[in-house]
Amino acid sequence: MNDQVTNPQQKPQQLEEHIVEIVSDSGEGAQKCGQTFGAIGGKMGNGIWTVEIIPAEIQPPARTPAGGSGIRIRAGSKIMTNMGDEADLVVGFNEQVLYGRIANGAYKEGTVVLLENKWATDPQEKIREEYASAVKEFRENGLIVHELAIEEACLKIVKNARKGKNMFVLGMLCRIYNRDIELGLTEIYNTFKYKGDKVIKPNQELFNSGYQFAKDNLDYFYNIPPYEGAEDDLKHIVVTNGNTALGLGVMAAGMEMLSMYPITPATSASHYVAEVFGDVGGFVHQAEDEIAAIGFAIGSSYAGKTACTITSGPGMALKTELIGLAVMGEIPLVIVDVQRGGPSTGLPTKVEQSDLLASLYGEPGDAPKIVIAAATIPECFEFTIMARKLAEQFRTPVTMLTDANLATGVQPWLRPEIKEEWFSDPIDQSPWDKNIPPYDWDEQTGLSPRPIPGQPDGMYVLTGLSHTERSKVSYNSEMNQITSQHRSRKIAALQNTLKPPVIHGVDSQEEEGDLLIVSWGSTIGAVEEAIDVLREQGNKIAGVHLRFLSPLEPGLKEIFSRYKKVMTIEINYSDEPDAPMITSENRRYAQLANVLRAQFVVDVDCWSVVYGHPLQPGMIIAELSKRLDAMKA
Amino acid sequence: MFGIKADWSLEVFERYFTLDDYGSGTEARWCSGCGDFAILNTVHRVLRDAQVPPEKSVAVSGIGCSSRMPHYMGTYGLHGLHGRALPLANGIKSRRPDLDVWVATGDGDCFSIGAGPWLHSLHLNMDMVILVFDNGIYGLTKKQTSPTTQQGTKTNTHPYGAILPPLNPLTITLGITNISFVAQVVDWNPPLLYETIKAAHQHRGTSFIRVLQRCPVFSEEFTKPLQENPDKFTLLEHEDGITIDDNVKRLFHNVVEHDPSDWLGAMKYAKDEENVPLGLLFKDPDAVVYEDHSSQGLGMTNEEKAAGLKAAFDKFSI
Repeated sequence: MNDQVTNPQQKPQQLEEHIVEIVSDSGEGAQKCGQTFGAIGGKMGNGIWTVEIIPAEIQPPARTPAGGSGIRIRAGSKIMTNMGDEADLVVGFNEQVLYGRIANGAYKEGTVVLLENKWATDPQEKIREEYASAVKEFRENGLIVHELAIEEACLKIVKNARKGKNMFVLGMLCRIYNRDIELGLTEIYNTFKYKGDKVIKPNQELFNSGYQFAKDNLDYFYNIPPYEGAEDDLKHIVVTNGNTALGLGVMAAGMEMLSMYPITPATSASHYVAEVFGDVGGFVHQAEDEIAAIGFAIGSSYAGKTACTITSGPGMALKTELIGLAVMGEIPLVIVDVQRGGPSTGLPTKVEQSDLLASLYGEPGDAPKIVIAAATIPECFEFTIMARKLAEQFRTPVTMLTDANLATGVQPWLRPEIKEEWFSDPIDQSPWDKNIPPYDWDEQTGLSPRPIPGQPDGMYVLTGLSHTERSKVSYNSEMNQITSQHRSRKIAALQNTLKPPVIHGVDSQEEEGDLLIVSWGSTIGAVEEAIDVLREQGNKIAGVHLRFLSPLEPGLKEIFSRYKKVMTIEINYSDEPDAPMITSENRRYAQLANVLRAQFVVDVDCWSVVYGHPLQPGMIIAELSKRLDAMKA
Repeated sequence: MFGIKADWSLEVFERYFTLDDYGSGTEARWCSGCGDFAILNTVHRVLRDAQVPPEKSVAVSGIGCSSRMPHYMGTYGLHGLHGRALPLANGIKSRRPDLDVWVATGDGDCFSIGAGPWLHSLHLNMDMVILVFDNGIYGLTKKQTSPTTQQGTKTNTHPYGAILPPLNPLTITLGITNISFVAQVVDWNPPLLYETIKAAHQHRGTSFIRVLQRCPVFSEEFTKPLQENPDKFTLLEHEDGITIDDNVKRLFHNVVEHDPSDWLGAMKYAKDEENVPLGLLFKDPDAVVYEDHSSQGLGMTNEEKAAGLKAAFDKFSI
């Protein structure tokens, strides 16, 4: 194939959207390249969604399908809400890592592959052969492969192409997608500014050289115009991943203690907060384990401002007993679970929504608490502020679920106007009214005000034992019944303050239809995009995306009654109804479906998978089309 | 001329706290003859003498007989979970360095299920007093082997006798980097108990006190030989250590000079299985105190916070 197509005068081809992937061995900087490319696109007014492709190991063996590390960027002339389907253009630092992506269905016939060609002349015969056979195979399968001497070009500028090839590729992509060169150079400057000119200069040189290289060697030249209204938005936009949004939320919520233990994929939120918390009056405590991390947070909450702990599934399992204490002692606390694949160590770097039931019911004994789930990156920010307020108002732990997809996905979002009311009030140290017991439960709502150490006359001993309103250990048989009721009542009291969810896709909220999709968490973009496509095809389908899981948002039963069939779409395991051994009596449903079936006695069906990657609109459309066709027949 | 000199008159405290202010008004539910009463009463006295406002003090515990202590205090309290008293206490101190924190724990709660927090909390060296009520047995769950149960002692989990020699909590504690106060005392000598707890309370940093404590119901053999023979003890004395009055010295004949800054010497006494050390083994007033760091930004105004948050957002803006 002739790679030397040069037409420097060409006009860029206009595109509505494109999906780009950069895949390399671990440590070659593909993610940095992609994040920067995404940020530049965002700053030029594109809707952007990025997803990291992360191997589970820090340094997996080079040139292996499972070791691929990289990033996908979906850029378009509309707000992007999910990773989309197959990629349009891929940069591969070697051919083996692309096999891993092909196995995931990431590419289609016609996907353009820009492939490093140095492997063709590798001293090892085995590598030369692998490379040649892969290129042949890719082409046979319809991929359009361009073998490019990227490394060779980089070596003209730096001694070690492994360090720097990513910026060369960034330059290539910026040319291909007609990005602003100055924006690219500024991004590079900002990335390396602390390292000085010695590092900035060669990287900028690599970028420029990559740009020129693409111009000289490739005739792909695209332009993705900004989305409508982008110009206004750009004045107020921030570009972050979900974990950074979460970290900003922790600080904006006025929490001053984030107590954590390292766990993927939650930790980067704490990294970010640790970097800047001093400027916002807080501290990140790294505890010796997950249990101590929540214990420390509970202690901190008990003695003052509501604290926060951030973890992932395995950490949630370890924290269980102390979550029970926080429920029993009615201690406000924000627990964030950035979900990953489970059970056990599972898929540490991959997305799953399998912690819902554990979050709702994980503690032995009845331990009602508030559980919410962020659906988008800005919600990772907003819900953290809400979680802190709910925790205090309802004197209870609040579990907030996000996931690996939100954690590492990068998206531009509207910068909020900072409100001082987000921050917590100073700790009340005024005398407590002696006549008010530490648990002065309101008969109707179960709510009560909380004394804080330092308040004269408020002294009480918080205990995990069954206790009276004076927090005295209770051996009274009535007491446990009454206090269980108060703790439970708080959840109902919260539900009374919530609005019914907004139904997506419908012309009127009162509409009746054939199929209602219920979803939660990070799947919102893919699910709603699929619903939109199916509605355009004339299907009577709609969606409800839940943010509150405990309590559930009100009005669901009535909404369900207006659809012939209700089903959930989730990223957790469920048995397929027609699988071997599976009957209606033993079928295990997806987690939200389970909750809805139990709560509403409605035959809620489900479709859920655990491939470890985010749901894509295409796969949802394919599955739902089958269901809709079956309903019509 | 007779007359009252002005400086004779007592300073009148705005609030003067009596022992009752530090008690909960409920009678402690420990068995008769239990050493815990002595520890509780001593803590009340130390607080009274220091005139700590009860609302500024927090008693934290885990689970076990020892851990009922907060319920018998007139202060704030947090009766936590088994083995988890220390992370809770550390959390309390983290953003409230103004609070006076006490931890009551036991040999099972601290040395067994709470072994992780034991190590790491002492490493943090936050300003608090840890009282380990060590009776060499699980009491609340009725006589199971604890890490400090003597080898051969028959328990419900080892009916033919505890298999292993007991763990030595003192050498382990002394081995933790950044520890700042390690003492051992017995519950049945009130003056020494008082002076030790008082010294611990005055020390800034984590004060770890292992109290050898009588449990007449389940582990009489743990303390009885020691009670009957004070010569089994080595009493550590030093001008930088704990004040030891002559009555105490009359009871414990083996008195040695030990400089509490001498870590190797402390280790030697701690390791001595024949002569049980009493008093202050080690003290380092210069160890890092974690709340000096964890309290960063304390008291920042909302205005300042908003400015910090704005700067944080700016980094992600276009």
